[in-house]
Amino acid sequence: MSAEVTTRTQASEGTRQPFGQRVRDWWNSRSRLEQWLMIIPVVVLVYLLPVMNFFPLSTEPWTDYELALFNAARLGLIALGLNVVLGQAGLLDLGYVGFFAVGAYVAAIMTSRDSFLTDPRYSWVVVVPVAIAITMVSGVVIGTPTLRLRGDYLAIVTLGFGEMVRLLADNLEPLRGNRGFQDVGGPPGTYANGSPIFTQGDGKPWYWLTVTFIIVILLLIGNLERSRVGRAWVAIREDEDVAEIMGVPTFRFKVWAFVIGAGIGGLSGVLYAGQVGFVNNQRFDVVTSILFVAAVVLGGSGNKLGVLLGALVISYLPDRFQLAPEYRFLIFGIALIVLMIFRPQGLLGARQRLLARGRQAYQRLVGKPEPVATESALIDSGKGTNA
Amino acid sequence: MTSHLALTLAQSGSQWIDFNVGLLAERFWANTVDGLAYGSIYALVALGYTLVYGVLRLINFAHSEVFVVGAFGAYFTFVGLGYKPGPTLASGLGPLIANLVLAGAVAMIAAGLIALLLERVAYRPLRRRNAPRLVFLITAIGASFAIQQGFYLWRGANPEPAIRLVRPEAVFDIAGTRITNIQIVVFVASVVLLIVADRFVGQTRLGRGIRAVAQDPDTAALMGVNKERVIMLTFVIGGALAGAAALFYVMMIPQGVLYNGGFLLGIKAFTAAVLGGIGNLRGALLGGLLLGVVENYGQTLFGGEWRDVVAFVLLIGILMVRPTGILGESLGRARV
Repeated sequence: MSAEVTTRTQASEGTRQPFGQRVRDWWNSRSRLEQWLMIIPVVVLVYLLPVMNFFPLSTEPWTDYELALFNAARLGLIALGLNVVLGQAGLLDLGYVGFFAVGAYVAAIMTSRDSFLTDPRYSWVVVVPVAIAITMVSGVVIGTPTLRLRGDYLAIVTLGFGEMVRLLADNLEPLRGNRGFQDVGGPPGTYANGSPIFTQGDGKPWYWLTVTFIIVILLLIGNLERSRVGRAWVAIREDEDVAEIMGVPTFRFKVWAFVIGAGIGGLSGVLYAGQVGFVNNQRFDVVTSILFVAAVVLGGSGNKLGVLLGALVISYLPDRFQLAPEYRFLIFGIALIVLMIFRPQGLLGARQRLLARGRQAYQRLVGKPEPVATESALIDSGKGTNA
Repeated sequence: MTSHLALTLAQSGSQWIDFNVGLLAERFWANTVDGLAYGSIYALVALGYTLVYGVLRLINFAHSEVFVVGAFGAYFTFVGLGYKPGPTLASGLGPLIANLVLAGAVAMIAAGLIALLLERVAYRPLRRRNAPRLVFLITAIGASFAIQQGFYLWRGANPEPAIRLVRPEAVFDIAGTRITNIQIVVFVASVVLLIVADRFVGQTRLGRGIRAVAQDPDTAALMGVNKERVIMLTFVIGGALAGAAALFYVMMIPQGVLYNGGFLLGIKAFTAAVLGGIGNLRGALLGGLLLGVVENYGQTLFGGEWRDVVAFVLLIGILMVRPTGILGESLGRARV
């Protein structure tokens, strides 16, 4: 495979390139302004999706279309967060659902009347930062001891922590186990006639809210990736030992990746809890965690647009084509195997590219977009350590 | 020490975690015996993880599903032999042993075959491409997921009603601790199987091949060891032992066979393997027995719902403090 990649890069000097490559080259040779002008209509289209409830898009009558969109967007947010951990820093976290659970439970405890707090009627505006902060702290708590481990050991330990979060929710009396928390609060706001905007039945406002969060996080994470932090993550992903030798404080940046990923997971947990309005111990099992990993890996870990696409495929398509939930998991399992064998980089793979300034400099000097390599340690670099 | 200590975490006075020392003192030996029986099952499954890890440096995440296949194999053999769920029927000792051996054989063959299939379908193509380790793990997760959900689609979310061929009866009574026939059979049979496996790897020609590949695959290949065959053999042995463990599980556990019943057991067996030193066959036995016993103590100490938490805490603790386990990783190390 690595030989194939090399030939592909060489071929890009010559005649006809693959379609994806040409699209990327074309996109990369636009100026920043042109790129933004083209992004805006796409964003508008994404915001308009919930009102386009007609034939090729609609999931009705089987699934509520707006809620299907919200669920897809929510999974997209989760995938973005997990992508920081798995795609950027290359840490396989099988317990990501734990952070999602922490976020949901913080929201529940702070807003539900079943909570053990004496006056659990905090505004949602307060809940969001508190929940994110608490999940980030839990990220530090889980990350500090575990991130000294590597590879598959890390995966198993995070799996253990994820399960422990669920088991704590099962067993600790104040977290109410299966009975759960009723009436988890949502964002404030009412229509002119006084009825609340965010209700459980209406997916539209939730979808718009989630998409807004996604866009904000895309911008923040994008900036982070172009900074020293992002470079450190990529270095750790590609070869941790070399990164350490080159002076990257690998442990600290791994914890950062973990914490930032955790914060995004917590945010999506709050959104989930608010929309469903009910939190109990049922939705935070390993299967859910693996579903998150599947979304990231399927879309292409390390590629932000890729993981959003992956989330869309995993969440929206089964709703659209009325696939029974039982079959979904079977198909995702098989898809993971097939994908890893035939297209380990996912639908849209991660790209190794020059970072922001370097890209512009290269383009000015050479007069064409920079070459983009598709190799990555996560994908297939031919330096596998196995027998 | 029979006083009931309560660890009160919340100021409100509600107890979050019971901490029952008196009960543990009371049930100490009963817990130990029961833990050893459970632990021997963990050890058998752990051996599968350890063998594959020793040879391929790969955590076979789907090994828990190999176990489940074995459990269904044993269950359906029972059904095919005409046993019905419900009270245990009295039957002669001879036919009973024959039936158990048959069920064990079916479970071992089924589990061995599925392990082999897994290797061929999920791992070999990746090995050919020299894929990084993370990719193996993701494939393994996918395979585990697929098998599990396949069973779910086939058998549904409810466990199969338990079929008990052997009624648990106390055979010994040592200092007030009752030891049942099932516990003895499971423990002795598991230990015998583990010794056989250890001798096989340690002393036969094929076992030497396994150790050679574990130590240095390329050199082993140059010395005339058929690497692919050794890897297949490793998976088959691990799978067959998981199948045997599955039979004992079906005999001992009253809850019956469930489509995702392998997950927790798999994690615990992996914990056992790491505890003893992954890649180390004797470590798997030691780790399995230790985990089984500790888990039982924890269950008595904190209450039944904390049983799994104890196992997870143990796993995390070991990986953090001593990732090479008690006996160290040694399958690859040369032994004369």
